[in-house]
Amino acid sequence: MSAFSHKITRFFLVLALLFSSVFSFAADASEGGEFNASEVILHHVMDDHIWHFWDGHYGTLYLPVIVYSSERGLDVFSSKNFYDDHHNAVAYNGYTLDHGHIYLNGNSVFDISITKNVAMLFINAALLMVLLLAAAKGAKQNAGKAPKGLQSFFEPIIVFVRDEIVKPNIGHHYEKYLPYLLTLFFFILFGNLLGLLPGAGNMTGNIAVTMTLAVFTFIITNVSGNKAYWSHIFWTPGVPLPLRIVILPVEIVGIFTKPFSLMIRLFVAITAGHIVLLSLISLAFIFQSVTVGFVSSLIVLFINLIELLVAGIQAYVFTLFTSLYIGMATADHEHH
Amino acid sequence: MDISYAIMGAGIGAGLAAIGAGIGIGKIGGSAMEGMARQTEASGKIKSAMLIIAALIEVAALFALVICLLISFKG
Repeated sequence: MSAFSHKITRFFLVLALLFSSVFSFAADASEGGEFNASEVILHHVMDDHIWHFWDGHYGTLYLPVIVYSSERGLDVFSSKNFYDDHHNAVAYNGYTLDHGHIYLNGNSVFDISITKNVAMLFINAALLMVLLLAAAKGAKQNAGKAPKGLQSFFEPIIVFVRDEIVKPNIGHHYEKYLPYLLTLFFFILFGNLLGLLPGAGNMTGNIAVTMTLAVFTFIITNVSGNKAYWSHIFWTPGVPLPLRIVILPVEIVGIFTKPFSLMIRLFVAITAGHIVLLSLISLAFIFQSVTVGFVSSLIVLFINLIELLVAGIQAYVFTLFTSLYIGMATADHEHH
Repeated sequence: MDISYAIMGAGIGAGLAAIGAGIGIGKIGGSAMEGMARQTEASGKIKSAMLIIAALIEVAALFALVICLLISFKG
């Protein structure tokens, strides 16, 4: 009987967590004036110099702004200086904040501020280090014995990545690339899941983040490409000569389109998921009806569960394609 | 031409993207059902492969959806 009530409590706690993302949204519309759905949705999906949790005096975290310009040098200050008491944008010391970009007297500056996505990157990195190092310590302590604690949670996932994704695709040199691919998988997985929490930033849905991951794939693939890989690109064997001239530009473009597709796939999957969720929630505010709100909350709950699945699948697909490309680059030469 | 034509085009584009995704995922689901019916022991592997490919097809549709949304937000 107590096990049953424990399950009921857990079910309602999960439901409350899933529904709570609606509240951070509700506060935005009460600022007076008409509800502009597109503005609110884009504002929630894009990066920002402040981290807005709820309306009110203590609900906003003003992240530090770090800019470098040749006139002023390095300047570090709180982004609170860009907003007055009524949350209107003001200029500060010559710097203006316009649509997320910082300008100094009209010219752009080198902006390396801690924005919402950068803060999420730090949180993600800290979470990765704490959880995975604890699992590794457990693995070292329990060597030969049954796994316990965090190690027992992460070990099946790590073994799955190694045996289903890395080893079949890369072959016999897989140990060299395994640490990076495991880090990549868990980074994307945790980043996707963190972005679904209420009030969180859309980190893996930022095209700069996915571009960096794709650039890493590009670098690793092409640096570890062996002679067979490059000869297949520039001078495809087993193919008549006129066709080789045609294949050459296609293959060269292919070197770049493969990481490009990785970047676009992860960015679109996560950002579009968030936009769909936010659009359904804003239906309730556009129609200003409680019934629509109730129905749309149920649909949002269902789509949130799909987003959990998408978070895992996109991490799997990114790691799978990266190990596939590395495997193709390091494959032994087959004799035609 | 008005911007309203562009927004109408965005709406039509989003609908076409939904049709494309529906057809693609429907075909995958159909052949997955058939495979599972023929050989019930392989249903676990077929199910995981189906989910992954459905995610890939869905990304293509969501790409079109995002572009249509961006166009509609411009208006």
